[in-house]
Amino acid sequence: MANEAFERRAAEARRQWSLERSGDPPLVLVGTATCGRSAGALATLAAIREEAARRSIDLRIVEVGCLGHCYAEPLVVVYARGAEPVCYSRVTPGIGTAIVRRHVAGGEPVVEHLLGALGPSELFPSLADLPRYGGETRKLLARAGLIEPTRLVDALANGTWSGLARALDLGPERVIEEVRRAGLRGLGGAGFPTWRKWSAARAAPADVRYVVCNADEGDPGAFMDRTLLESDPHRVLEGMAIAAFAVGAVEGFVYVRAEYPLAARRVREAIEIATREGILGERLLGVGPPFRIQVDEGAGAFVCGESSALLYSLEGKRGMPRVRPPRSVERGLWGRPTVLNNVKTFAAAATVLAEGADAWASVGTGTSRGTAIFALAGKVVGTGLVEVPLGTTLRQIVFQIGGGVPRGRRFKAALIGGPSGGCLPEATLDLPVDFDSLAAAGGMLGSGGLIVLDEDDCMVEVARYFLEFTQRESCGKCTFCRIGTRHMLDLLRRITEGNGSLEDLDRLETLAEEVRDGSLCNLGATAPNPVRTTLRWFRDEYVAHVTEKRCPAKVCRALIRFRIDPDRCAKGCEICVRSCPVQCIDNDPHTRKKIIDPERCVRCGACQAACPPEYDAVARLSPRDTPAPGESRREGGTP
Amino acid sequence: MKAPTPEEVTALVRDAVDSCEGRHAIAWLQCIQARLGYIPQEAIEAIAGRLGVPAATVYGVATFYHQFRFTPPGKHHVRVCTGTACHIRGGQSILDEWRRRLGIREGEVTADRRYSLESVACVGCCALAPVCVVGETVHGRMTPNTVGDLLTRYALEDEREERGGE
Repeated sequence: MANEAFERRAAEARRQWSLERSGDPPLVLVGTATCGRSAGALATLAAIREEAARRSIDLRIVEVGCLGHCYAEPLVVVYARGAEPVCYSRVTPGIGTAIVRRHVAGGEPVVEHLLGALGPSELFPSLADLPRYGGETRKLLARAGLIEPTRLVDALANGTWSGLARALDLGPERVIEEVRRAGLRGLGGAGFPTWRKWSAARAAPADVRYVVCNADEGDPGAFMDRTLLESDPHRVLEGMAIAAFAVGAVEGFVYVRAEYPLAARRVREAIEIATREGILGERLLGVGPPFRIQVDEGAGAFVCGESSALLYSLEGKRGMPRVRPPRSVERGLWGRPTVLNNVKTFAAAATVLAEGADAWASVGTGTSRGTAIFALAGKVVGTGLVEVPLGTTLRQIVFQIGGGVPRGRRFKAALIGGPSGGCLPEATLDLPVDFDSLAAAGGMLGSGGLIVLDEDDCMVEVARYFLEFTQRESCGKCTFCRIGTRHMLDLLRRITEGNGSLEDLDRLETLAEEVRDGSLCNLGATAPNPVRTTLRWFRDEYVAHVTEKRCPAKVCRALIRFRIDPDRCAKGCEICVRSCPVQCIDNDPHTRKKIIDPERCVRCGACQAACPPEYDAVARLSPRDTPAPGESRREGGTP
Repeated sequence: MKAPTPEEVTALVRDAVDSCEGRHAIAWLQCIQARLGYIPQEAIEAIAGRLGVPAATVYGVATFYHQFRFTPPGKHHVRVCTGTACHIRGGQSILDEWRRRLGIREGEVTADRRYSLESVACVGCCALAPVCVVGETVHGRMTPNTVGDLLTRYALEDEREERGGE
């Protein structure tokens, strides 16, 4: 049986794994996923290596993926003798050196840079006690950042590939039944029941079937698929193998976005290792049917996240969606039945088989079972990835786990699901976030991108930004999407430039419906969502733009001007002058206070960001001809 | 930087097309761009010839995807992130500043071929927004003013390199 041989292998891996984590020799994990790298993790890694070599310490240093705590990167975990394993945050090369010197060599953790202890601890706060960590329910991200991503020992010791072993024993039909019982729905955002897709592909008459993993994470603000592939690729491959076994496919493809070179590299490496070790390839786990996986890189097209477009792109063609039915499960890649699921869905399927359907179904709400991952970014303290049960409220995610809006600013809205989603205002904060409640509120779970906006963000401008994105990404096949989004964008530009009228708002609403109804695929059908939801919840902001030529959040450049308050300006300070990219700040010849020349000013806001908070002398005014308090008409009258 | 002569380009393209034989047009184009930094006109015709399809078909594929460039990039290829997180933290001002300083728009190269500019949809470093990438290096928490600092830094590096080369 597959299980017995596999269990021996897994037990051996678990033994080796716990030995490695005994602290003898010490073990140091450095998070080097893309986000860690951009925060300087590679320099930290080099510093730790150098210091260990200099002191000739027998030390094992391992590059791991991402814990999801982007705000605290670079992260370093240390297992050393005599102390419990701990996690350090914001580790610069200097701190890295200190960790080797004081903790690894000296046995004393560097407490001032500690994030927390990995497990329960007497001495330090535990990670689980932090709201940002303890508030989460980690199923898909459970191993991310704690294991060496591509190494098989780390995978086996943590239960990966055990779901496949169980699947091989159950047989295809009971695998699909297990996925059905778990209530697993497509975590790419659409929420289509996974078991239905699989059983349709299994039932479709064909000699060849394919399994394709959609890793074309196109939402410019979502990065959980990338993190999973960079941190725990074996789990995703396991899910693909389970799907292949269930539907009878022998070949699989991972379609990775071209902008994710590290993810593509780590998946390729994991495939190579799993094949070499007899897990994938000729016989799954040495006993099952054959299954091979290859990696294809996308070439940068948002529309290729759509199923039929993605499959055309895999064939080397232009990624333009086609009319459905037939669905991909009947006629997909090269006309063959194809199971196409998102990265998270495959990882979840592996979790379901490994831990049982009940474990997955026991969390979540209503018909949305299990967990979902959100990429928290924007005006929020704890940026990064957050995995919570479906049905968790937005308030819990943003305030309790995410730590709320920084610098005491006021929460305005959350953008969920990127360019296909919508905005959710303060009034919806207690809405449970699941497939069905979001759809009812006019939003969409979509990619799981969750961008928090505060009072300094303009909702009209945000709608314009998303429309600009979808308009550029429209493949051009459907007229309503190709031309309709262009018209909508023109209207939004006109409004943000102060040239709009109230009739334009009605035109936007009509166009939004027409584009939605006249588009073949979800790119066009959901493109109006940001406009529809901002119009619904923030119509007053649109009205202020068109009737008063005023941008309430003071963002739209055509409607604002910058002014330095002479009463607050400290005359000797030149910080704003040096920060200005166009040299438009002059000295008043009499008082030496600073004055902005509105003719030359490009309204970039650099001076406002640069002005020291104790002066806070730069103000934004909107509409442009508003006189500031105490300002003469003459000085302010430069629209 | 000196531009290669047309003969040199032809030789480079022939070499790249020969060694890149891909499963399909996209893979082939990606390989060529990885080697040459862009897709020359000759490469499109050569690939079409090998695949037995009209050049327009290959051209249609190449222009559909944002990844492909049809002009050689500058020595320092600047990519400014325009993802959502960067956008709400002032990414547009960063892009404007690059345009102003370099005097070019996205997709163009400066006359001295030192810099090329491109905007990209999210490099996935949302926590460090706004972000730009020069070559392979990610620069986070940008302000319009740090664009000037970066230019000074790369100009110094280039100068040192050119002096060292003499």
